[in-house]
Amino acid sequence: MSSERAKVRPSTSHDLSEQDIDALLRSVEQPGSAFRVVTTLLILIILGCWVLFSRQILRGLGVTGLNQPVGWGFYIVNFVFFIGISHAGTLISAILRLSNAEWRRPITRMAEVITVVVLAIGAFHPVLDLGRPDRMLNIFTAGRLQSPLLWDVSSISAYFMASTVYLYMPMIPDIALLRDRGARPRWLYSFLAWNWQNTPRQREVLERAVNIMMILVIPIAVSVHTVISYIFAMTLQPGWHSTIFGPYFVVGAIFSGIAALMVLMIVLRRVFHLERYLKEIHFSHLSKLLLVMSLLWFYFTFSEYLTAFFGNEPAEMRVFFYKFTGPYATLFWGMVVCNFLIPVVLLSFRRTRTIPGIMVASIAIVIGMWLERLNIVVPSLANPRLAYPSGFYVPSLVEWAMFVGGLATFALGFVLFARLFPLISVWELREGQEIAVAETAERVESYLPDPVPKGETA
Amino acid sequence: MARWGMAIDLDRCTGCGNCMAACHQENNLTAVGPEETDQSRAFHWIRLLREVSGSEAHAAVRYKPALCVQCDDPPCVKVCPVHATYLSEEGIVGQIYSRCIGCRYCMAACPYNAKVFNWYEPEWPGELKRKANPDVSFRSHGVVEKCTFCHHRVNHAREQARAEDRELRDGEVVPACAESCPARAIVLGNLDDPESTVSTLARSPRAFRPHEDLGTRPKVFYLEEQE
Ligand code: SF4
Ligand code: SF4
Repeated sequence: MSSERAKVRPSTSHDLSEQDIDALLRSVEQPGSAFRVVTTLLILIILGCWVLFSRQILRGLGVTGLNQPVGWGFYIVNFVFFIGISHAGTLISAILRLSNAEWRRPITRMAEVITVVVLAIGAFHPVLDLGRPDRMLNIFTAGRLQSPLLWDVSSISAYFMASTVYLYMPMIPDIALLRDRGARPRWLYSFLAWNWQNTPRQREVLERAVNIMMILVIPIAVSVHTVISYIFAMTLQPGWHSTIFGPYFVVGAIFSGIAALMVLMIVLRRVFHLERYLKEIHFSHLSKLLLVMSLLWFYFTFSEYLTAFFGNEPAEMRVFFYKFTGPYATLFWGMVVCNFLIPVVLLSFRRTRTIPGIMVASIAIVIGMWLERLNIVVPSLANPRLAYPSGFYVPSLVEWAMFVGGLATFALGFVLFARLFPLISVWELREGQEIAVAETAERVESYLPDPVPKGETA
Repeated sequence: MARWGMAIDLDRCTGCGNCMAACHQENNLTAVGPEETDQSRAFHWIRLLREVSGSEAHAAVRYKPALCVQCDDPPCVKVCPVHATYLSEEGIVGQIYSRCIGCRYCMAACPYNAKVFNWYEPEWPGELKRKANPDVSFRSHGVVEKCTFCHHRVNHAREQARAEDRELRDGEVVPACAESCPARAIVLGNLDDPESTVSTLARSPRAFRPHEDLGTRPKVFYLEEQE
């Protein structure tokens, strides 16, 4: 099928009009002054956060709210959270491509950008958390492969590389388009376009390469969050030592990832006037997926806590009650409301499954999943087995600053990307318009029962 | 070669806190001060855990000296990404301060909460720095540290014995906590030697190990009269 698809088809009236192309490339070709204002603002915020963070560099980790026994806090929570969000992209885009979901076309690029940007931010968080970041390279010179932290380093780097390639490859035809239209900086586009001339051979190679990458990134993406959960699950600590953690984390990651993608899609649609490309149908498809993930999340959470409750192991129960009724109760129930009640109610009914409804549900999920990470990391550490008073943890200004800084970096990454490259894949849309109707018809035909041969009766 | 273990008689311990003070002095622990202590960053290699038992009307309080139990299968060593904490041939779990990157994974993994972290550059107010123990290194900020059964004393005794061309004698190595204990509740010795005091005590029906159910195989034995 792939070689057939790669054939150059004569352009038809279904082609994207010049207007469409102008609209899709507007963010690159006519950035406007708002772009400069936003970039400056974000850079200032990020710089401010680093100024606050410099206290930690100068004085040590003492400036955080961490303590004994709660040795991990915001940095690790945000690490898990951001890496989770990063699963929106590559994984979802790969699944949609793999399943030939035609409606994916305007979405995949945005999703893939999220992955690359957020993964970089997330992967940086453990470095913030080190007592001696200057010795970070010890991980490579003296690394112990038995440590789950090393598994993390390996699978996150693999994921980062694979997603970058997976983001870049389908961008080549669009970059070539920008090059041919003379967008600036010219050297950048002609360098990145890699001499793309849109020949049949090039199309075929590209298609095959994208197909290989899309298969490759799925297991890597699953491994990333599984391995992150192993950081916790490989210890003996109550609340962490659970076999369900691998899949639970992966589900949570995809869940928060789709939600973040939806928030972003709604915002970008508004900002760049993409209503003609990101239609209600996209949101409605994705929100059904989100609804399924929400139910799945609840199922995992329920299983996790029910087993703990029936086992009734003292150390386990201490953590359990700390979450349910102790100082973490508000955060715990807030998580349940944000991850389950709000999305299930809003996304189940057609009346509320509108763009504003989806926006509210998605924001709730993003917050709820962050709370989930917090609920996993802190309560277990706060309740040691020994006759030790249970601990508490309040993040300091520095930790908040780095959280805000992380979010601002995410926004900046997206703004810069939108400034340099089209947010919606132009050639894939075009390809969709040229061949998708015929191809889909052919595919549907292939599912249908074979016609009864003439002369026979059914 | 010895396999070091410790026995602590809880029925002798009065909770006086001498062991904590002696350990602090002996191992050049930083003085973190009241503010940090309030922030739950008290800095001890050995602590007195307060355990309350019985009904409210007849509460019995007992103190239990708690230190790294030098697990034979240490969860902390398993997770360290850089081999900065390790189980020595003599069964003592050590820290390589110059290699530790301060990820605190070992602290998160230790079920005994035996490790402490240097949140700031360590300080020794007034005279303390001049009176520091020359046998023990100073740590820097950002690393994890823990009880080593006064490893420097073990080394010292071993060298002494080698110089005199003899075996180490039972009771020859006395860690600072044991030395300072007025009730003589703490004993260090070779668990591989069935005749040693610590082995004898470990075999006593009064002996138990903390959280043996976790499979960490601690080498610290507590002794207590059980009902
Ligand atoms: S008690 Fe904790 S620090 Fe000591 S060896 Fe065991 S796990 Fe490691
Ligand atoms: S804090 Fe140091 S000793 Fe502990 S796991 Fe990390 S690198 Fe290893």
